[in-house]
Amino acid sequence: MTERRPTELEGQSPGGKRKGLKLIGTPHRRVDGMAKVTGQTVFADDFVAPRMVHMKLVRSTVPHARILRIDTSLAERMPGVLGVLTGESMPNTFGILPVSQDEHVLCRDLVRFVGDPVVAIAATTEEVAAEAALAVVVDYEPLPTISSVAEAIATPEPQMHDYADQGNIHKVVSMRFGDVDAGFAEADLILEDDCFFEGNTHLAMEQHATVAIPEPDGKITVYSSTQTPHYLHKAMTKVLEKPASHIRIIAAPNGGGFGGKSDPFNHEICAAKMALQLGRPVKVCLTREEVFYCHRGRHPVQMHLRTGFTRDGRMTAQHLKTALDGGAYGSYGVASTYYTGALQTVTYKLPRYQFDSIRAFTNKPPCGPKRGHGTPQPRFGFEVHLDKAAEKLGICPGELRLKNVVEPNTVTANYLKVGSIGLRKCIEAVMEGSNFKERHRKLPFGRGLGLACSSYLTGAGLPIYWNHMPHSGVQLKFDRSGGIAAFCGETEIGQGSDTVLAACIAEVLGVDLMDIRLCVADTDLTPVDLGSYSSRVTIMMGNAAIQAAERARELIAKAVAEKLELPVSRLVFADRRVFDAEDPEKGLDWPDAVIAAESKFGTLGTTGSYSPPRSPGKFRGAGVGPSPCYSYSACVLEVEVDPETGLYTVDHVWMAHDVGQSINAASVMGQIEGSIYMGLGEATMEESAFRRLPARLSNALVHKFPSLLEYKSPTFLDMPKMTTYVIEDPDPNGPFGAKEVGQGPLLPMMPALANAIYDAVGVRVDQVPIGPHMILKGLDDKAKGKPGRYGPGPFPAFDFGEPLDVPTLDEGGDGKATNNAARGLREDRGTMKIIKS
Amino acid sequence: MTDGMTAAVLTVNGEDRMVVFPTHHTLLEVLREECALPGTKHGCELGECGACTVLIEGKPALSCLVLAAECVGRRIETVEGLWGKDGPHPLQTTFAELGAAQCGYCTPGILMTSKALLAKNERPSDPEIREALSGNLCRCTGYSKIIEAVEWAGAIMRGEDDGMPTETQVFGARTKAEVIDD
Repeated sequence: MTERRPTELEGQSPGGKRKGLKLIGTPHRRVDGMAKVTGQTVFADDFVAPRMVHMKLVRSTVPHARILRIDTSLAERMPGVLGVLTGESMPNTFGILPVSQDEHVLCRDLVRFVGDPVVAIAATTEEVAAEAALAVVVDYEPLPTISSVAEAIATPEPQMHDYADQGNIHKVVSMRFGDVDAGFAEADLILEDDCFFEGNTHLAMEQHATVAIPEPDGKITVYSSTQTPHYLHKAMTKVLEKPASHIRIIAAPNGGGFGGKSDPFNHEICAAKMALQLGRPVKVCLTREEVFYCHRGRHPVQMHLRTGFTRDGRMTAQHLKTALDGGAYGSYGVASTYYTGALQTVTYKLPRYQFDSIRAFTNKPPCGPKRGHGTPQPRFGFEVHLDKAAEKLGICPGELRLKNVVEPNTVTANYLKVGSIGLRKCIEAVMEGSNFKERHRKLPFGRGLGLACSSYLTGAGLPIYWNHMPHSGVQLKFDRSGGIAAFCGETEIGQGSDTVLAACIAEVLGVDLMDIRLCVADTDLTPVDLGSYSSRVTIMMGNAAIQAAERARELIAKAVAEKLELPVSRLVFADRRVFDAEDPEKGLDWPDAVIAAESKFGTLGTTGSYSPPRSPGKFRGAGVGPSPCYSYSACVLEVEVDPETGLYTVDHVWMAHDVGQSINAASVMGQIEGSIYMGLGEATMEESAFRRLPARLSNALVHKFPSLLEYKSPTFLDMPKMTTYVIEDPDPNGPFGAKEVGQGPLLPMMPALANAIYDAVGVRVDQVPIGPHMILKGLDDKAKGKPGRYGPGPFPAFDFGEPLDVPTLDEGGDGKATNNAARGLREDRGTMKIIKS
Repeated sequence: MTDGMTAAVLTVNGEDRMVVFPTHHTLLEVLREECALPGTKHGCELGECGACTVLIEGKPALSCLVLAAECVGRRIETVEGLWGKDGPHPLQTTFAELGAAQCGYCTPGILMTSKALLAKNERPSDPEIREALSGNLCRCTGYSKIIEAVEWAGAIMRGEDDGMPTETQVFGARTKAEVIDD
């Protein structure tokens, strides 16, 4: 783990240039690199405005209650207190999805989890605001609480939200692609598994912060640590009841996001409301504890998988059931629900597939999107399931996967269009690197290897609200100095999107990154980019940037060609010059080329935009899962388990990722290593766990670890040796062929660990995070002759009703459903049966 | 002086600053709010994350757990002081070149801890770097590029490296990188 190995580079060296590319594919310094090492990056809480005041939120101390009385009189009389807001002032609801507008900025009648905001207080200092917050008295009438999916099924009344599909079940999904029964009938082996993935949180190092600045003309500007300034803009417009053009959102560089800053948040809108009321800038910065309450993290998901295999290891059908513990609000939950099923089909050939899912409302902080959004949980289940199948079938787990890899340019059973797929190369790379075939099942007791794969989308194919506009826009403005200003709504959250934007422009125009000035994530000044979620920025912004730059190149080329009396086709843009390909001496320096174009065409500017291709699925729910292309990863993980204590160490991780084409090779490596790290945390220690206080202490459901010390995450000392393989298999839909890298490589870590632990000591742990006690229990059980398995009990009993039937392409389907079961489900909300187990 | 307030001269990055602050305020608060040096970050304000690390008399300290009033007459260094008259500190160069800063929020604290490490140990081993930085959390990088950046900065400071990035440095020795092409 600690020894240094010489660098081994095989084949084309990393960062090698491809097909005439100059910058793309090389490792280059991020454009924001020096700002970040000098302390000059201005994060939201670093922003200070004259006359600024500070805001604190009073949050619910009970998990579910009716608000009887709010008394702010004591707080209002405290010296330094300037403003108090309650829910009365903001009647409009908001939420990230149009179908779940279920949040109030400040609770009006009900509180639904410990941490739900009730009152906002502004004061001259943060300390005074915090003291005044303590002086607010809220009387509550407690209501029954729901702590799990099973409790939600059993407790339809009182409803936490009246728009739920049924009782306290927020969303019910049931869809069947093809004749699944026929698929199972063809199977030689049918395997069933129950698995559980505990919730966890993003834990971005930066606490959420917002500064809202009212302007003298009645407009307002809001700086915030948000991944989605455009959606925040929409939510704010709705709640503040102001014209959208009077509200300007600027996303500050995020000190980490991972999905945790993708929702519009109470504190952001509340700060703006308070600023408008006081006529003074208002800052709010959440404490770390409050960040745990904002959450929107990984949903706890229980799963049941049933898969048919032929003797030679091909899959005939799969039926997946997932149950998501959604927490108190909708957030992205409807999308998360679909995501727990959508991507099961894009890695391995699955000719027929049924997916049933429920998302429950519970009295806990709302769950939402975390790196991998809804897909790591079923991926964990699937990859552990495959490891078991391989053993039962007597096939190497790597071979089993290779046998089933989806062919490029196919449409899956659930109508997802797969373009390029580098999964085969990923699997081969990690198997070879880890010497998997020779070592798997052959290592001494206590040491093991586990293999797992995954896929992730490169950008959601549909926007969050229905519209026909581009998903990303880039505007370029050319100065006669040669400087290029690039405007784009994209949000830098640490992933390196600023650098990708600059690199795409620099590549097309042959200029330096230093020639480009970026203006990003500003709803007044930049064209919309929908936000830093779903691994969409590189592909969507990148393609828009290329289009804008190519349009500019065309104009500049015309002007230069005229000036040099050459055909446009002979011009090359490189090394900050525009020159004759046949006589490189003949040409113009970049600024002179821009001057030629401005002289000919007038003020020079271009735009570019991008919308993803349409997807073939036409059924209800087909909007979740489509993507312009999918990334692929494969992982082998080596573990050492101490059978005496159950303690284990992850010694080495081999991770291969099919990125299509690196834009900045150094950032690609960084994203893969960061994914290994975050996956390791989820696999081994991270959990957002809750407990119910005893009756004498209110029965409240409280977060077990709302602190960085007790919510365990890996440190420098926990990291294994990492061997990374970047698979470059360009996809025609990606900018220069690029696909995503920020989320995919996290996914195989968790199942790879479970599979490695089985290889080491023969214990199946069907849930994550994997604690030593689980391994010990498995070993004890084995010693008593029982199966060495640690995992959840059966899937909660629930009648999903009639599934939406969508015949597959192979069965002559056209992407449409043959019944309207899902519609019926919504309309006949009360008729669904609950089966009590 | 008003009750509960302290007026003092703090020596930050070699410059004396006259500041007035509530006596119970931490060094973190006074640096960010009174000294207008927001480069030092906060991730928890409870001493759990390391983001607020500064150097006091050359030693790493969690500025969220130190009262500013205790620091009068002591030498305080923050990330803003790293860039000297000769340009960037080698750590700044190597962190930027390797992508050891992604979101950059934990970076100031990690840079300061690393600076102290290299000051007392000019050739730290991999385990020594991990140990020294084990109190600094980073959620982006997976730590590996940070370790390599510290090693590389050490080599520059020892005069063994010119600070110009090579491919081997960018892709690292710890992480074996391969690009597999069609």
